[in-house]
Amino acid sequence: MHLVDADRKFMGGYAIVGGHLPLATGLAFAVTYQKRDRVVLCFFGEGAVPSGQAHEAFNLAALWKLPVIFICENNRYAMGTPITRGIALYADLADKARAHGIQAETVDGMDVLAVRALMQRVVNKVRTDPQPYFIEAVTYRFMGHSMADPAHGHYRTKEEVDAERKKDPLVLLRQTILEQRVGTDADLKRLEHEVGEIVAAAVKFADESPFPDPSALEEDVYTE
Amino acid sequence: MLISYREALNQAMREEMRRDDRVFLIGEEVGYYQGAFKVSKGFVEEFGQGRVLDTPITEAGFTGLAVGAAMAGLRPIVELMTFNFGILAMDQIVNNAAKIRYMSGGQLSVPLVIRGPGSAAHQLGAQHSQSLEAWFCHVPGLKVVAPATPHDAKGLLKSAIRDPNPIIFIEAQLLYSTKGEVEDGEYTIPIGQAEVKRQGDTVTIVAYSKMLLLALEVAEELASEGIHAEVVDPRTLKPLDLETIVQSVKKTGRLVIVEEGWRFAGLGAQIADSVYAQAFDYLDAQIVRVTGEDVPMPYARPLEDAAIPDRVRVRAAVNRVLHRG
Repeated sequence: MHLVDADRKFMGGYAIVGGHLPLATGLAFAVTYQKRDRVVLCFFGEGAVPSGQAHEAFNLAALWKLPVIFICENNRYAMGTPITRGIALYADLADKARAHGIQAETVDGMDVLAVRALMQRVVNKVRTDPQPYFIEAVTYRFMGHSMADPAHGHYRTKEEVDAERKKDPLVLLRQTILEQRVGTDADLKRLEHEVGEIVAAAVKFADESPFPDPSALEEDVYTE
Repeated sequence: MLISYREALNQAMREEMRRDDRVFLIGEEVGYYQGAFKVSKGFVEEFGQGRVLDTPITEAGFTGLAVGAAMAGLRPIVELMTFNFGILAMDQIVNNAAKIRYMSGGQLSVPLVIRGPGSAAHQLGAQHSQSLEAWFCHVPGLKVVAPATPHDAKGLLKSAIRDPNPIIFIEAQLLYSTKGEVEDGEYTIPIGQAEVKRQGDTVTIVAYSKMLLLALEVAEELASEGIHAEVVDPRTLKPLDLETIVQSVKKTGRLVIVEEGWRFAGLGAQIADSVYAQAFDYLDAQIVRVTGEDVPMPYARPLEDAAIPDRVRVRAAVNRVLHRG
């Protein structure tokens, strides 16, 4: 949460569920207003879908044909509440967007290649014919909701988590690469090593970066 | 030039929209209806629907959209039909507009004006008559402006639109038709500067928005009785120009604060605390606050009158600080 890299147009992670859908819609409004060739990608969990702010954003995006792609990562649990106990019509979340006149599709969020193909198609479509789009990616959360939440807990079983882990997109993609002979086991090991080094370097950088001095407390509350 | 408060706001927005393409107006009925209080009269005709956007009645959605547009470099003006409806947008105002600069370590800014009327008009009932400025003043990252005169309204709104921070700009329905002299041509008034609206040396009365008009009326009455009230209008509530208020208190030794908002944790409590901290030794009497009563605004006229500060109560407060029976 709260990570931002404005130079790369990563416009931030936000901690109020549903509250950033209007922001993304506003970023898309600016794209249209400034006649820029951009699309906005907005990520959220299925727990945000029944929120009022989500529906207000869907309506405005559809009304003004704004180039924003709403990507719902449906991992079936809003913190500890399963979708079946949180959303009245839980079977097809894409219908929520269709109700606002937004084109919507559901994809297997565990299938990397399917997600990639869908995103290529949808981003191109929204870029050439500005309009909002809704994608439901069905997935699963292997870990707890937060550091304080164990991998399962009282709200789901270890058996359920273990069964879902077998569909881990990284595991499945590895199998596909080997089966289709796109790469060898050695290639994958080398890749995993490289990624591990990037992550380790990032962790090292974070660990070695100094904490801000207390004198910085009031910086950036306001700007001149 | 003698113009109405409404016309002053209209001129300020029109001039700024002509000056800067990034400025646009968004809100309920701002376009073809010309604004619920006709503040944006003629705008959709001059600037088109692309820059004057009528919205559905979804304050959280369109305020959040404006915050996102501001993050991308635009300069939105959000018109809230009244600040009562702004309560629906409080998540966007408090959690996003006010904090995004801080949370992003200065990478993103939210140059945004949220404007519309606050306070009571005549018998609009509990859900249309609230003075919520203390809510907004409480939040780091917001600036809060509440001008009382056409001149201040125009100059401060122009400054607000040019300001790189989120600004809450509180007007009043009962001020829209009031008239006042406005400078000819282009001018701005800095945010954060109070103004002494009437000179005096017996007692200081601090009042803002439409309570300023009440304070000036009472000051006029008192003058004929030999009591010379100095009336100070903060104009900007946050950041508060405490220096101008303290200077006046050092001269008069007595302070009455008039606000229409609820008494408990109202803005006057903050002003009193700040004045006590900086000018305690200059005070010849306890500071007295005249406030709205701590009740939802009643609809019945006699009850509504009983809930809002009036001449009698301001005079009584002045008498108290002067130790006059």
